[in-house]
Amino acid sequence: MDVLVNGFLWLLDPAHWAGTNGIPTRVAEHLALSAGALLVAALIAVPIGLYTGHTGRFATAVMNVASIGRAVPSYALLLLLFTITGGLGAPTTLPTLVLLAIPPLLAGVHVAIRGVDPDVVEAGRGMGMGELGVLRRLEVPVGLPLILVGARTAAVQVVATATLGALVAGGGLGRYIVDGFALRGDEGTARLVAGAILVALLAIGVERAFTLLERRVTPRGLAHPGSGGLARPGSSGPSDEGRPSEALAGLD
Amino acid sequence: MIRWDWIGGNLDQIASATLDHLVLTVIAVGVGFAISLALGLAAHRRRVLYGPVAGIAGLLYTIPSLALFAILVPFTGLTLLTAEIGLVSYTLLILVRGVVSGLDGVPADALDAAAGMGYDATRRLFRVELPLALPVIVASVRLATVSTIGLVMVTALIGEGGLGQLMLRGFNRGFPTMIYVGVVVSVALAVVLDLLLVGLQRRLMPWTRARSG
Repeated sequence: MDVLVNGFLWLLDPAHWAGTNGIPTRVAEHLALSAGALLVAALIAVPIGLYTGHTGRFATAVMNVASIGRAVPSYALLLLLFTITGGLGAPTTLPTLVLLAIPPLLAGVHVAIRGVDPDVVEAGRGMGMGELGVLRRLEVPVGLPLILVGARTAAVQVVATATLGALVAGGGLGRYIVDGFALRGDEGTARLVAGAILVALLAIGVERAFTLLERRVTPRGLAHPGSGGLARPGSSGPSDEGRPSEALAGLD
Repeated sequence: MIRWDWIGGNLDQIASATLDHLVLTVIAVGVGFAISLALGLAAHRRRVLYGPVAGIAGLLYTIPSLALFAILVPFTGLTLLTAEIGLVSYTLLILVRGVVSGLDGVPADALDAAAGMGYDATRRLFRVELPLALPVIVASVRLATVSTIGLVMVTALIGEGGLGQLMLRGFNRGFPTMIYVGVVVSVALAVVLDLLLVGLQRRLMPWTRARSG
């Protein structure tokens, strides 16, 4: 247990909270890299997913990308991209993270839009909505919780893999782990454990944040899609939340 | 870019890295499956257990691999045990889910028929429930195997890693050929193990052979 105590003491040492190798800097690097990668991946995956989900075209191709993406090992992808970009740090890490984030995001958006009750879509058309109106005012709001399930999977994976970025001399929290291994001794071990604790907390925090967001954005009247139920405020409890997760279970 | 002569001259090194990779994967999925089968059966019988079991497995799954291996090293050292504790942990979520949803999918009619034929709980489990749950369970084992093959590479950082070790050495030496070999062989390993598992499923379930072909 001394090891864990030393790790926590390392975390509490004010000296580790300042400078370019300080905890705030490393956390900021980690989050900036992850957020940047998610943003780029979303810019690519969301429009494609909206199109394929709305039109039903290329559905098989989209699901194939999703299932292949699930099997891609991040470590191998990182080193493989290094041989292509030849750059240390972000030039290699960022494209790796973008490639990893696209499949779950794409699958989430596609499945979410596809899964919207056709009667709802027909009703929208009947009310004189154009295709874009249906997409923007019906399909996206109704599908948003499921879209966020895909985003959560992508975000957790990106935050985890950003740690590996330290292998190719990147910044972020992985630095503490990789440097801790290299240093050895008491200081090395303390740094290693502190880094591992920070990374684990960050990943769990990101996962929780997305889960809360999913609950927030579930439209009140549609807390239970599929059952055709009327608005039941407060019905979006854990039992409802399980449904979208099941649809994307394989993506986790 | 690829140095074919290096590959030709180092086949033994590639073979031993592949074997290490295979052993690490098989142990992890085997141990993970044994634990998951027990947990899954328990959670299927006593529904209240499913929440906590899935919750803990989910939490383990969320912890990034490098962090999990790093935190284990001070306790269990740079050993095979450290690697396997991490690898087994990551299989649990996939496999427990597979076992439970496989058992949940067994039609009530089949259970009634078994009861009507006088099967006790044990016979019903082995003769009716597990065989009918097998496709879903095997699907989860396939997924766990492929994902473990990828995760084994990360254990290169704690001195194991199989093909990941080969790739790390290639990276450190600035020798891309070793990285390419690692990627290609690990993909091949994933495909071969996946085909073997599909074959195993057909052997275990001869009655589906006509349909699943």
